[in-house]
Amino acid sequence: MSKKLNLTLHVWRQKGPTAAGDFVKYPASGIDDHMSFLEMLDVVNEGLIEKGEDPIAFDHDCREGICGSCGVMINGMAHGPRKATTACQLHMRVFHDGDEIWIEPWRAAAFPIIKDLIVDRGSLDRIVQSGGYVSVRTGAARDANNIAIPKDDADLAMDAAQCIGCGACVAACPNASASLFTSAKIGHLALLPQGGPEREDRVRRMVLQHDAELFGSCTQHGECEAACPKQISINFIARMNADFIKTAVTANADLKQREGQ
Amino acid sequence: MELRSNVPSGPIEKRWEKHRFDLKLVNPANRRKSTVIVVGTGLAGGAASATLGELGYNVHAFYYQDSPRRAHSIAAQGGINASKNYQNDGDSIYRLFYDTVKGGDFRARESNVYRLAEVSGNIIDQCTAQGVPFAREYSGLLDNRSFGGAQVSRTFYARGQTGQQLLLGAYQALERQVDAGTVHTHGRHEMLDLIVIDGVARGIVTRDLVSGEIRPWLADCVVLASGGYGNVFYLSTNAKGCNVTATWRAHRLGAAFANPCYTQIHPTCIPVAGDYQSKLTLMSESLRNDGRVWVPRDPADATKDPRTIAEGNRDYYLETRYPAFGNLVPRDIASRAAKKVCDEGRGVGPAVDGERRGVYLDFADSIKRLGKSKIEERYGNLFEMYERIAGENPYETPMRIYPASHYTMGGLWVDYNLMTTIPGLFAAGEANFSDHGANRLGASALMQGLADGYFVLPSTLAGYLANFKGPKIADDHAEVRAAVGRVNERLKRLVSAPKPSRTPDSFHKELGRLVWDECGMGRNAEGLRKALARIPELREEFWNGVRVTGSGAELNQTLEKAGRVADFLELGELMCLDALHREESAGGHFREEHQTEDGEAKRDDENFTYVAAWEHTGDLSKPKLNKEPLTFEYVKPAQRSYK
Ligand SMILES: Cc1cc2nc3c(=O)[nH]c(=O)nc-3n(C[C@H](O)[C@H](O)[C@H](O)COP(=O)(O)OP(=O)(O)OC[C@H]3O[C@@H](n4cnc5c(N)ncnc54)[C@H](O)[C@@H]3O)c2cc1C
Ligand code: FES
Repeated sequence: MSKKLNLTLHVWRQKGPTAAGDFVKYPASGIDDHMSFLEMLDVVNEGLIEKGEDPIAFDHDCREGICGSCGVMINGMAHGPRKATTACQLHMRVFHDGDEIWIEPWRAAAFPIIKDLIVDRGSLDRIVQSGGYVSVRTGAARDANNIAIPKDDADLAMDAAQCIGCGACVAACPNASASLFTSAKIGHLALLPQGGPEREDRVRRMVLQHDAELFGSCTQHGECEAACPKQISINFIARMNADFIKTAVTANADLKQREGQ
Repeated sequence: MELRSNVPSGPIEKRWEKHRFDLKLVNPANRRKSTVIVVGTGLAGGAASATLGELGYNVHAFYYQDSPRRAHSIAAQGGINASKNYQNDGDSIYRLFYDTVKGGDFRARESNVYRLAEVSGNIIDQCTAQGVPFAREYSGLLDNRSFGGAQVSRTFYARGQTGQQLLLGAYQALERQVDAGTVHTHGRHEMLDLIVIDGVARGIVTRDLVSGEIRPWLADCVVLASGGYGNVFYLSTNAKGCNVTATWRAHRLGAAFANPCYTQIHPTCIPVAGDYQSKLTLMSESLRNDGRVWVPRDPADATKDPRTIAEGNRDYYLETRYPAFGNLVPRDIASRAAKKVCDEGRGVGPAVDGERRGVYLDFADSIKRLGKSKIEERYGNLFEMYERIAGENPYETPMRIYPASHYTMGGLWVDYNLMTTIPGLFAAGEANFSDHGANRLGASALMQGLADGYFVLPSTLAGYLANFKGPKIADDHAEVRAAVGRVNERLKRLVSAPKPSRTPDSFHKELGRLVWDECGMGRNAEGLRKALARIPELREEFWNGVRVTGSGAELNQTLEKAGRVADFLELGELMCLDALHREESAGGHFREEHQTEDGEAKRDDENFTYVAAWEHTGDLSKPKLNKEPLTFEYVKPAQRSYK
């Protein structure tokens, strides 16, 4: 049986990138506890539109926890209080009648605010552009079963590849680092033989791009892993760092060798 | 309008090869000078943009999300078919072709389907080379599963996130081309109109969803890979932003819309919980391998704790009606059967609008037989997802499921080259109508999107561009200005309705409910006529009374929604007209007047073996019907039987 909740929301409202923003208080009453968090916002927004007020802008699309569009800070927690759950998959049963809920956008220099709860995450795409792929032309592939990959490696690669690119890791990190995001892609491709030939270049280029985008450095707080809706392990950051350091050495060695010739 | 399918002749297994050889090529130096617009970065658009970029074309890719990686393809769970025959269980290109033609209830074009089966293996090779982490066996080789009642194991998968991994593969290939400077991406841009000059598609008009800027983009050809129109039902398993706007605007300018009434309703979704419901969540079909579907025999038991209902008082209706396939009957059949028992008042779960629409999917027997840990290993993530949404633990109490709109087989009519009836305008992926006939088999949409994007379009577009001699068009060309004018005018009307009173969503919900009731799982002439009378009225009420706050010159999600709803309000009518004219049942289109004695779909091959390609006439209620006859040279039509 469903319960009804009466809540008070404090929502970050900001007209545009350069406008000043502030929290605005909205009552949300008669909220069915079976609703998802975003459905609760829909209900509040329908009420605002009916009153002729500007509804709260927030990103969302799949509402199944897979597209990575949604993402807000809920009471100071990225995607809210439930572990391994995106904001769209969070249901109102985790709240209690009378609760006050504070809703804010991701905060990071690399994620400028566009409006209200919507931020610009283009920096994540640019990290991928700098090397988050295997360079294989369409039609140039050999038969898929010509490459055998140990199941454990493939499974671990899949653990990393599950990243939905939502940016929660950045929002949760005290340094606003995107190390978990970057290392997940590097780790996914480094674990597979297909990613081998470009491994050194990839880690170097992606890490440099990450830094150029004004993301902070990782100081191993571990908040990212805790906030990650896909529970991606910070071990991938360690793997990335190891690869990066190794590249510095091997790349020099390569260079020396080439110079010697 | 003339429908020329341009299907090559000769033995079916040689047609694509021959056609590719006959198509002209564009020399590398000239590719840079050809501009291609691609609307959509899902599997179809993402794969096409990446490949065209690699070939050296100047590509502009548009999408309404903030990143190409978020296209709705990301949500596909189950898997992708390919006739690799890695399991040595008798699969072949011909068998995949045969199954797809039969599964489509003999309403698809044989040559297209054969080509799809033919390139299916290349798709798996390509994706694996990109690093897509498909599931593997302990041997290190790729694993397969059987899906949607197929008799062979030909489905490749990446846990329950196959669409995500395939899309990320295409997205990464696309971003590589962005880095190389061949592909230019335009996120948070929505296509609102098409530019047609001298009868040829030459560009699009977009709205920048952040700044509100309206502007034209010109090119040598345009590809629409904008996905399906399942959101016409308001509640569906599609992402919230999925829309028909891109294809519908093209339809209004002369692109025929084919088979709009062919929609797929997926049997295993989490039922509606309340009137605030914003979307429906699919639970993988694989659950039907171990779950038993039932409802109480007596409607009075609907509110009882299911665990207390005695075995003899349960109706395992799929097992009794379809003893051979049982709980694994195809999607359309399972969906209709669920509707039937709920229509009889035997549905379970909370009452919404006075009705209980849900059936049990019970794992108690499987847990007893295999142990909880085995079930957890197979379905753990799905059970968790269910628990998160429904708030009930499916290890202890049966899941509740109900069918929901999931996929649309209809779409823009295209020829063998994937070109629409507007020269220079191509459609790929779910946006076109081409390969699935009246019903799509599981795991074949991902295959089709990638086939179109990686393998078909790059060849056929070259064939078009090699012959293309259109003049250079400037931004101030009269047709360009006219298209921009149309968009501005429409947006102005949306923000300034004479009597603003209702939100766009409230109109969308009303339309969705109507189309779902009358043009959903079961259709009949009376209901369709009712919907056809109501939709034009609703459209009028919408333009008169839609309430959009703010202006067009800013980020305005209410305005975005209103524009999409306006187009659904037009498409909905065409769906009902198509469903009314098709006096037969075929695949996902079930006309209650046309069923066999035991309630199965009854086709009328003599009169309806054709594609219905509707042409816009200026009067939405009177489109013109054009027919492309279908011939079956290889697979002889027979009644689908799953008893
Ligand atoms: C929940 C779910 C599970 C599924 N599971 C499977 C499965 O297991 N196997 C399978 O084969 N199929 C599955 N399908 C079907 C399959 O996922 C889709 O048919 C397929 O992914 C569609 O791909 P697409 O490239 O055609 O379009 P989409 O992925 O829908 O992409 C559409 C693109 O167009 C853009 N766009 C749309 N309109 C506009 C506009 N007006 N202006 C600008 N851009 C626009 C969007 O931004 C997006 O980039 C599933 C579908 C759903 C809903
Ligand atoms: S809306 Fe897609 S992850 Fe939340």
